[in-house]
Amino acid sequence: MKVSYSWIKEYTNIDADIKSFCDEMTMSGSKVEEWKVLGEGITGVVAGKILSIEKHPDADKLVVCKVDVGSGEIQIVTGATNVNAGDLVPVALHGASLPGGIKIKKGKLRGAVSDGMLCSLSELNLTLNDYPNAIVDGIFILDRDIKPGTDMIHELGLDEEIIEFEITSNRPDCFSVIGLAREAAATFKKEFSVKEPKPLEKGTGNAADMISIEVYDKNLCPRYTGRVITDVIIEPSPEWLRKKLRDAGIRPINNIVDITNYVLLEYGQPMHAFDLDNIRGGKIIVRSAGEGEEIETLDDQPRKLDPSMLVIADSERPVAVAGVMGGADSEVTGNTKTILFESANFNMTSIRLTAQKLAMRTESSGRFEKGLDMNSTLPAVNRACELVEELGAGKVVPGVIDVCANIPEKKKIPLRPEKINAFLGTDIPREEMINIFKPLEIEINGDYAIAPSFRPDLLSEADLAEEVARFHGYNNIKATMLAGEGTTQGKRSYKQNLRNIVENVCLSAGLYEIYTYSFTSPAVFDRLRLPAESILRKTVIIRRPLGEDYSVMRTTTLPEMMKVISHNSNRSVAKGGFYEMSFTYHPVDKEELPEQRTVLTMGLYGGGDFYDMKGIIMNIADTLGIAETEYIPVIDNPVFHPGRCAAVTVDGKSIGTIGQVHPEIADNFEIPGDTVLCEMDIDAIYGLANLNRKYSELPRYPSVSRDIAVVVDDEVSAGNIIKLIKATAGSNLEDVEFFDVYKGEQIGAGKKSLAFSMTYRSAERTLTEDEVGTSFDKVVKALADKTGAMLR
Amino acid sequence: MGWRFFVAKNPINNIPIERGIRMEQRLKEILEIAESELGGITDMKALEEMRVRFTGKKGMLTEVLRGMGQLSPEERPAMGKLVNEVRSEIEGLMTSVREKLEKEALSARLVKEKLDVTIPGKRPALGRKHPLTQAIEEMEEIFIGLGYDIAEGPEIETVYNNFDALNTEENHPSRDEQDTFYITDNTLLRTQTSPVQIRVMKSSEPPIKIICPGRVYRADTVDATHSPVFHQIEGLVIDKGVTMGDLIGTLKLFAKNLFGEETDIRLRPHHFPFTEPSAEVDVSCWVCGGKGCRVCGGEGWIEILGAGMVHPNVMKACGIDPEIYSGFAFGMGVERAAMGRHNISDLRLLFENDLRFLRQF
Ligand SMILES: [Zn+2]
Repeated sequence: MKVSYSWIKEYTNIDADIKSFCDEMTMSGSKVEEWKVLGEGITGVVAGKILSIEKHPDADKLVVCKVDVGSGEIQIVTGATNVNAGDLVPVALHGASLPGGIKIKKGKLRGAVSDGMLCSLSELNLTLNDYPNAIVDGIFILDRDIKPGTDMIHELGLDEEIIEFEITSNRPDCFSVIGLAREAAATFKKEFSVKEPKPLEKGTGNAADMISIEVYDKNLCPRYTGRVITDVIIEPSPEWLRKKLRDAGIRPINNIVDITNYVLLEYGQPMHAFDLDNIRGGKIIVRSAGEGEEIETLDDQPRKLDPSMLVIADSERPVAVAGVMGGADSEVTGNTKTILFESANFNMTSIRLTAQKLAMRTESSGRFEKGLDMNSTLPAVNRACELVEELGAGKVVPGVIDVCANIPEKKKIPLRPEKINAFLGTDIPREEMINIFKPLEIEINGDYAIAPSFRPDLLSEADLAEEVARFHGYNNIKATMLAGEGTTQGKRSYKQNLRNIVENVCLSAGLYEIYTYSFTSPAVFDRLRLPAESILRKTVIIRRPLGEDYSVMRTTTLPEMMKVISHNSNRSVAKGGFYEMSFTYHPVDKEELPEQRTVLTMGLYGGGDFYDMKGIIMNIADTLGIAETEYIPVIDNPVFHPGRCAAVTVDGKSIGTIGQVHPEIADNFEIPGDTVLCEMDIDAIYGLANLNRKYSELPRYPSVSRDIAVVVDDEVSAGNIIKLIKATAGSNLEDVEFFDVYKGEQIGAGKKSLAFSMTYRSAERTLTEDEVGTSFDKVVKALADKTGAMLR
Repeated sequence: MGWRFFVAKNPINNIPIERGIRMEQRLKEILEIAESELGGITDMKALEEMRVRFTGKKGMLTEVLRGMGQLSPEERPAMGKLVNEVRSEIEGLMTSVREKLEKEALSARLVKEKLDVTIPGKRPALGRKHPLTQAIEEMEEIFIGLGYDIAEGPEIETVYNNFDALNTEENHPSRDEQDTFYITDNTLLRTQTSPVQIRVMKSSEPPIKIICPGRVYRADTVDATHSPVFHQIEGLVIDKGVTMGDLIGTLKLFAKNLFGEETDIRLRPHHFPFTEPSAEVDVSCWVCGGKGCRVCGGEGWIEILGAGMVHPNVMKACGIDPEIYSGFAFGMGVERAAMGRHNISDLRLLFENDLRFLRQF
């Protein structure tokens, strides 16, 4: 809400300077977004009277004017053609500044001295809307009787201080100058008064004889107040009215429309003026729109209506979309002779939905959707009539047509000062609270506070507490520390700790954490080469997304990881490693909310390989105390290289996938071919981890090591060999570690050599060479029997 | 040294003079030669050669001992003793030369092993947490220290938990489809972490002290200061006798912990559906300390938080009696905090994950 400080001051005797006014208002709850002087940066402009005009001796298109600027006579050279001797014009004197940082200086134009500049509208940041009688590209000829030398900045209202308030949705009353003035008066503890509007009603007849008003659904339109004006003369509004609208950012149109906008600003009550001669059947009907009904609104747009929308209609057709915008063919024009002022109250939800559906939020709908006071329709329409009389714009016909449902009773709220003090942590006496309430028009009746009808936000004791706190000053409440008897633990949960541990392993492996968006494009599944029936294509769909790329919730985190890798490798970051602890989202049949799974995603490119990634996973498993992880080859995951992909399993259950990307995936996502990715199901890990470590005694006897190198067929996996070694070596085998794989001519095609180091140890005694030898032989035999392994 | 001792206590006064004196002289000679040669020894190899020549199996002293056969059995013990004394005298001298040589050799090696300590170290790989995580964790730590638990909830929520239970008016603009991502009429991407508070209030008894960090969504197009995905951290306290003064005290303590001991806070009345009274909270500018600068737009204050006393309707919706209990809640945007503190001017950087950016924190 934008308004000039001077308008607010018309209702209250505040004299604070603009800066402290804005500060104090912000601190009492009417937040000032910003304030500025309307003609900021404009100085040194006075009224000047053109005394004479002569041709420039050396330039055909210039003239030389003698101008009386009050302090004396100066000479100004101008190219303007619309000035005549005797005209009064704004003159920028030597040293003046104009918008855009322009400085006016004495000088010579084609040899003739020029002491200043005659100004046009735009050179003063004004438009034709502000001064309809001026012309666009000529000098602004003043149509008033002022002395040469008069300060034009003040005269044109360019010194107005304009304040922009941010009004919260719970305070519809503050979307008006009167509402803001009331808050201001309460803030500064000053007088506040609004004169009750009383039109003189010099028209003839009675409004009720000229138009009838019928409301079909009083829930949708609780009140409709109308008054009729005859003998209307449409003309531009006087300057004072145009200035007020201009200061509030509203374009002046003509006297009648300007009056409705003025009342909208002053009372916060939207109004509309119909050309009564264009209302057919002498009837206004407030009803729901018919299916397929249409209207052309004031902005000359055809609008399709539906039965969820409320319209103002005459006996034949809609003439306005209720509370949103009037219709074009009943609008006030230069020929209008009779008007009907509408001042109504509409259901907030209905207006909000209609404005939304038609995508037309107006000054009017914006106010209605916050919930307006039913009591304001009458003073508003009377104020409009009063202004009509003041402007001589027509004759107010006696009689008010007022179709009104029951006005709800004012809200009675129990007032318990001790409770409010206990809630705020203050010690404010009852009397002081009542003094705070008085200027806000909250009445006291015994132990109750009665909220005024324009304050729909005052419903409970907590709301009263806020009023007390606001005007006592939030920052005058003493800061205390919680005293509560109950204690809480103050710690991270098991799951939070576990995730932290996992992340720390990632960090120690050199991975950087990333944050990516949780939604993605459905097209990504094709790029992932997922088959049509893939479960990952079953997504949670955002009803109205920002765009295709953000339209479904992700079911896999790999695409975003690849995007990050692509971003970096495309910017010549030679190598990198990343991890993300995030979620995937999966619809669940017959459940309202989808399943949200916690996923750890890791990615390496530019130098890391499958085994680097696998090492990180092994470290995670180790740190979490997950003893037996197995890596099962996966040949049909469309994202990964069929020979370089594995499922990470524990007890036969998969907890993740690791692999080098398929070359086609690398192309699809523009990432290096050596990219290795891993997706881990953290939810599955919660139940597998064992952070409860028990000490086992350190070995007392020495260990014996034996290396074993075998040649096997290519298909035989190292994991299988390790399993066999463990199964056959006996209880003295402490550990077996893989240390080498070799392929080459010496071994033969289709074969490979695998080397392992076995460590034997007994907890009871030093092992003998014989014991170790026997076990070793058993291992060799078992490997030969089961895998055809040959000792190398 | 030893030689004087040898003269003073001549043990061979009863040996037939001639042979005895010759051997004795020979020993004296050997000792003198050894002493003079040792003066010229500069390396271990020469020293070892010398040891072989003097005290080795075929060395000079062994030779003298062999000559003992010519002595009478009576003479032998005394002469034997004398030989041993000379031997240990020579060995002693050689040991001290050896020690001196070893010391020199060690010093020489150390000089040779000198490193250029200005050559950069070899760094083991080490990743970093994202600046948003760092900010969240720092805030979490402050509140964990004050006895708060960390609570979490789903990002796809019911409209009920996200709006209705939080006392959001039917017409509140935040419910608009232009601002909120709906999945169905009843479900949406949560627009705030507050539904977590609803879940906790419904499932547990006061006293409640929680912090809820998490990801939230609003239909804002991406630009330097907006993102449809962002993060919040919210706090909630419900107990008997909790006051607005407690809220102010808690936020003061939080601000001092996060921005430094001199930090002050300021509350401005505001409107949130789920709190009453509600406030926007400013902290004194961490750059200029309140005098006004570019970072705070000349105000001296920077808005970082929304806060208020939990609305009685919210408590009622969760089965908590507002006549018995009261509470406060507060919330802040993590992006804004992280950007402010690291001087990051464009929010998009936080979701772009450029390694050259991530390495800076
Ligand atoms: Zn500052």
